[in-house]
Amino acid sequence: MFEIGLGHYLTLGAIIFTIGLIGIFLNRKNVIVLLMSIELILLAVNINLVSFSIFINDLSGQIFTLFILTVAAAEAAIGLAIIVVYFRNAGTIRVEEIEKLKG
Amino acid sequence: MNLQLIFPEIYLSLSIMFLLMIGVFKKDSDNLVYNLSILTLIVLLALVINLFSINESFVFSESYKIDTLSSFMKVLTIVSAIFVMISSFIYLKTLKILKIEYPILILSSILGMMVMISSNDLIVFYLGLELQSLALYVLASFNRDNVLSSEAGLKYFVLSALSSGLLLYGCSLVYGFSGSTNFTYIANTSLDMKYGIIFGLVFIIVGLAFKISAVPFHMWAPDVYEGSPTAVTLFFAALPKVAALTVFIRFLYTPFVNLIDQWQTILIFLSIASMVFGAIAAIGQLNLKRLIAYSSIGHMGYALAGLASGTNQGIQSSVTYITIYLIMTLAFFSCLFMLRKKNIFYEKIEDLSGLSNNHPILSIALLIVLFSLAGIPPLAGFFAKFYIFMAVIKQSMYFLAIVGFLSTVVAAFYYLRLIKIIYFDKSKEKFETDHNFGLKLTLAISTLILALYFIYPGILNEIVSKIIII
Repeated sequence: MFEIGLGHYLTLGAIIFTIGLIGIFLNRKNVIVLLMSIELILLAVNINLVSFSIFINDLSGQIFTLFILTVAAAEAAIGLAIIVVYFRNAGTIRVEEIEKLKG
Repeated sequence: MNLQLIFPEIYLSLSIMFLLMIGVFKKDSDNLVYNLSILTLIVLLALVINLFSINESFVFSESYKIDTLSSFMKVLTIVSAIFVMISSFIYLKTLKILKIEYPILILSSILGMMVMISSNDLIVFYLGLELQSLALYVLASFNRDNVLSSEAGLKYFVLSALSSGLLLYGCSLVYGFSGSTNFTYIANTSLDMKYGIIFGLVFIIVGLAFKISAVPFHMWAPDVYEGSPTAVTLFFAALPKVAALTVFIRFLYTPFVNLIDQWQTILIFLSIASMVFGAIAAIGQLNLKRLIAYSSIGHMGYALAGLASGTNQGIQSSVTYITIYLIMTLAFFSCLFMLRKKNIFYEKIEDLSGLSNNHPILSIALLIVLFSLAGIPPLAGFFAKFYIFMAVIKQSMYFLAIVGFLSTVVAAFYYLRLIKIIYFDKSKEKFETDHNFGLKLTLAISTLILALYFIYPGILNEIVSKIIII
């Protein structure tokens, strides 16, 4: 039977991480998508940490994950607040139109 | 466990909550909270100086480290925070952004920086970093009715969150392949050179380079510096760099000290790229805040050059450099705060034109700051660069030293151009001269230190020479 090992979890983490990165750099439409990509990156890190923690029998990885989850929630809240403030001023949250600062 | 060692942090977090309570329950307490938080910082400074004599010691099962480096960097952070706050009072009042949240956010980001500076564990480091950045996101977009400020906040948020993500991915790899989150423990396991750890190291360096805006991860800095309110720009230009540089020193010289061959090349590249880019890109700028952003990218390049040398002397020269950089930044921004006319603050280079006719004292201060930024002897900026070059040449890294020297020459061009505009161009309308005491004090102290540093360079050197990492 096919055995799922550490390598598989790490590959999954790496794939999700790459999707998140590509999402940030290729996205030209909406800032909300950027938030989702950042969330994906953090989730990839969590997958990594939990699988490491289980395979090396050490709890601190899972504790780390809990902290990351909490911080990610706070970060999303602040990010959404900033997006709302920006939308009130500029009337748009399209990524390609966020270019008032240039030089 | 000795709780006395983290007394400053406990005191700061309690006073943040206390000030928040005052702000919530007392009406119109903006000024009160602002002044009380300056008082808090002064008491905090005393508490941290009190710990200065303590030799290397650990709290919380070796996850929190107090040593000379951490005490010195904390003192630096707190002193510059005090000056940032007393010098930007009128600015905040004029822009009507002096709310109770402002000083509280500054205090909480300082708490985050203190945790970062002392961290000896990946989890503690991450929490400190996030506490600092979450406060900074809000500060950058603090002038919320201004489209530029909110755009600066948005850009800083996205790029900083991305860099935190990269850094965390690196942390997860380092944790997995070394088996622990503790720096000292990682240092012992990274000897056998696992590829996972090197991978993690690269991710962590990238994340940290974002935080100190080293090229090629600098793209947020000019936009955020230009968009945020000037008081916040000053905060950005000064404090997070100190914390991030300390973390850089900690990471490179505690957990990854055995991988020096791997990270030295990366650091040399970052340093050269930042020095050259900072010098060249600043030439065409029209906005003073944008100009200082590129200038700070260049200065970070020099600080990294000291770290790349891999010796105690190199680390000490970097610490000296960041100290003098802080003083120069404070002096430059105090000059910016003085360019005020009918409740508008001017920040274009052309607004400086002919400043010397109407404001001779301000012009001389600006002259000293700009000469010091350019590194012209006998001002403090020259000595900062001199120590860095000494440390680098001692390790026979001649290429790094030569590139550094050449980019100093290029960078001198735009500083000297500013001086030419101040002294020889047609003068404009007078600016207002009724500045508050704090602003004048900041400008006077920082300019005097810059100008007279060469008489007693030993004072700073003696303190810094106690920082022994390896």
